[in-house]
Amino acid sequence: MDFQNNGPEMASEEQRFAPSQDVREHLVVVGNGMAGCRAVEELLARDKDRYRVTIFGAEPYVNYNRIMLSPVLAGEKSFDDIIINGRDWYKDNGIELIAGDPVTAIDRAARTVTSQSGRTVGYDKLLIATGSDPFIIPVPGKDLPGVISFRDMKDVDTMLAAAEAGKALGGGNAVVIGGGLLGLEAAHGLTLRGMKVTVIHLMDTLMERQLDEAAGWLLKSALEGRGQTILTGANTAEIYGDGKVEGVRLKDGREIPASLVVMAVGIRPSTALAREAGLEVNRGIKVDDHMVTSDPDVLAVGECVEHDGNVYGLVAPLWDMCRSLADGLTDRHSGYRGSVTSTKLKVAGLDVFSAGDFSGGEGCEDIVLRDASRGVYKRVVVRDDRIVGAVLYGDTADGGWYFDLLKREEDVSEIRDLLIFGQAFASGGGALDPKAAVAALSDDAEICGCNGVAKGQVVACIEKGACSLDAVRATCKASASCGSCTGLVENLLSVVLGEDVQSGPKTLCKCTSFTHDDVRREIVAQNMRSIPEVMQLLHWSTPDGCSSCRPALNYYLLCALPGEYQDDQQSRFVNERMHANIQKDGTYSVVPRMWGGLTNPRELRAIADVVEKYNAPMVKVTGGQRLDIFGIRKEDLPAVWADLNAAGMVSGHAYGKSLRTVKTCVGSEWCRFGTQDSTGLGVKIERMTWGSWMPHKFKIAASGCPRNCAEATIKDFGVVCVDSGYELHVGGNGGIHVRATDLLCKVSTEQEALDYCAAFIQLYREEARYLERTAPWIERVGVDYVKRRIVEDEAGREALRSRFLYSQSFSQEDPWAQRAAGADSELHQHLEPPMPFGAIAAE
Amino acid sequence: MTDWIDIGTLADIPQRGARTVRIAGQKEIAVFRTGDDHVFALVNECPHKKGPLSQGIVHGHSVACPLHNWNIALKTGEAQGNDEGCTPTVAVKQEGGRILIARPASLKAAA
Repeated sequence: MDFQNNGPEMASEEQRFAPSQDVREHLVVVGNGMAGCRAVEELLARDKDRYRVTIFGAEPYVNYNRIMLSPVLAGEKSFDDIIINGRDWYKDNGIELIAGDPVTAIDRAARTVTSQSGRTVGYDKLLIATGSDPFIIPVPGKDLPGVISFRDMKDVDTMLAAAEAGKALGGGNAVVIGGGLLGLEAAHGLTLRGMKVTVIHLMDTLMERQLDEAAGWLLKSALEGRGQTILTGANTAEIYGDGKVEGVRLKDGREIPASLVVMAVGIRPSTALAREAGLEVNRGIKVDDHMVTSDPDVLAVGECVEHDGNVYGLVAPLWDMCRSLADGLTDRHSGYRGSVTSTKLKVAGLDVFSAGDFSGGEGCEDIVLRDASRGVYKRVVVRDDRIVGAVLYGDTADGGWYFDLLKREEDVSEIRDLLIFGQAFASGGGALDPKAAVAALSDDAEICGCNGVAKGQVVACIEKGACSLDAVRATCKASASCGSCTGLVENLLSVVLGEDVQSGPKTLCKCTSFTHDDVRREIVAQNMRSIPEVMQLLHWSTPDGCSSCRPALNYYLLCALPGEYQDDQQSRFVNERMHANIQKDGTYSVVPRMWGGLTNPRELRAIADVVEKYNAPMVKVTGGQRLDIFGIRKEDLPAVWADLNAAGMVSGHAYGKSLRTVKTCVGSEWCRFGTQDSTGLGVKIERMTWGSWMPHKFKIAASGCPRNCAEATIKDFGVVCVDSGYELHVGGNGGIHVRATDLLCKVSTEQEALDYCAAFIQLYREEARYLERTAPWIERVGVDYVKRRIVEDEAGREALRSRFLYSQSFSQEDPWAQRAAGADSELHQHLEPPMPFGAIAAE
Repeated sequence: MTDWIDIGTLADIPQRGARTVRIAGQKEIAVFRTGDDHVFALVNECPHKKGPLSQGIVHGHSVACPLHNWNIALKTGEAQGNDEGCTPTVAVKQEGGRILIARPASLKAAA
């Protein structure tokens, strides 16, 4: 991860108002986190010129989304992905950022703050947004190296380092103390990073503040199913270790060895600075409805405050507070009235939702739905015909609806019978109309939890002209982080715009809202390593995809992680799975490789023998100058391959989205017009490129003179040899839409022809969409683009070439030889019922 | 009364894949194992052009025929979407770690 660009940051170079002459009131913000910066954003949205703003941050970074530290730990996002406001935001708004230098004192009489480095800055208005501190339970050993909290980027770095160190030893042990949300996210991330994780939780069920017992139990068994050890009702006595942490001892004497202990038992408002400054502090810094503390010139916002006796540790109330605060600072009168909170979470990829009070008790009725086989549990708590609480596990789609009913205190007696089945059912009909559902939400219903965007804001943003998903993402940030609300935003777009939705680029398939390009980009950006991981992180709408997306994802992962990705056979089309071409009668045809179209008696004899031995009804010369043996039964394939292998022949990959053939003419060796050795060059190209997987089938040809007998100008990559060298052609296609190639460039040596060929293939492999041949790809991106990347950018070409060759170092293994040697032999065989039915089956 | 034929264990079939079973005088049967370890059995022929369904990509509780990409519901054998047609299903159950398929009716008399 690269944090360097975001490192300690001092005054921005260009400010719209130089501080010395700036006569505006000076707002100093202590805290560069989510609350502090959001408050400034709200203020700027109301009156961008009213205050001169200076922000102090303890961490050496720009404003980032602390909630998203879990995905960073889990390797799903990079630090850059979780930045809320980058350097430009500070600069464009004339905000001075003093990062990596925490404020250590407030002098209210002099109206100044002083930072750790000794800097003293005067203020007219001061905003304290110091958030909260992790709670460290006072057990022996809590200060040992290796004991950390899970609060900031530094903690994430420590965890990553521990996981890395553990890897060298075959997976280290980690203990997470605390089975709340934060603890479970830490545990999940560490598990994904390869550590063996034990979660120690004091209470009897996990996340007892958000979930009832039943849901907590479901969560526990799901996490155990993923290899974590969960100890509930477990009380930590001591963290032991000599000089650094070595393990945790429980009160009952059990010892759990660990090289890393993450303490995630809770947080408490960070109030020390306010307390020392003599402000009124109870559990948090006391504030009024406009977030003003006991000093009228000092405000406070976020997790560090206490409003009306309540302290909040969730993001939604924070947005509410920031709005009221900004109203107050710009002489508007709204006033914060407290927040009812809901939690919609993905804990370790499991959907969990809770809202309101679900403790039950007198006068409360519980409506419960359990569907054990689907892993779904829903509980709605109703008092006096109004929803007062809800817990959902496994299927949280209706969370927003329940929460909306709860906040509006709506009478649900009319729909009580159907309430538990969700909005679609309860609103009558039973047919699911997601658009009606989103249309029915109130304006302040939260759409995007990551960025705190309510329905009203999304609608306003669409009405101001954002008429595509991307535009909404760019304008109000809804759906711009984790993407789980993408469907909601799309439905809102069509509700608001009617028919006028600009449909974006086509999605990869019906299972996802992402396009091919999105998916490819995210696979690389989030370093995804398996198909299930992609489907999980990108919120696939089907359990295991479909016959369109699975082969595409398999290819994208294979291309992104050469030598590392474990190929998924079941996500390959039958031809690639069986290494032969399926024909209309269910038999297969087999094409051995004949390098550059050359063959010899030994190979021909082997082919002839195979044809006789297996009664192949037909042999045919293919368009790419190879021999195709038809009518081979699935059961006979391994034996056919073994015979062909024995004659030195390997698979021609005629069945794959891969390099098929390199067609040649005889060139200078025999032809009276030939200018170069096109046959020899064709063999060299085929030796370099065989075995490579591609977005689609890929054909090459090399012609020895401009008469072009190998038809190189309708191939994906073609070489036409001329007196002075080699013309390189790309993007040809002899298929349904015949397309002649574009001339890429001319080179003078055979080696250059090979190098350009490798670079071109790799560019196509990395950037084309699955099942897009070079012809439509080049028409889409433009041949000039390809020239820029391959011809003009020498370093880029070399990088592409070496990535191709690196990938080839893993892929040039003959799949036939592996099968002939017995790999996956059962795939070629029928299941055999045991006797006596076996006897019947044997006819 | 149904006769059940033991054809092996779940592990004999690749997840999201299929194996075939041959019984004398009968059409070949494809036995599918889904991602969530349900097992289904169908005659190994697509209702469209007799493509071997056992070689298709299994997704959810459906299989895509390898010849022309028709989607067949594993439970009912019916073609999905705009396509029409149905492949005969064969009753199948898992018992004590074994997979059993119902012996096709025409064999009953013979046995």
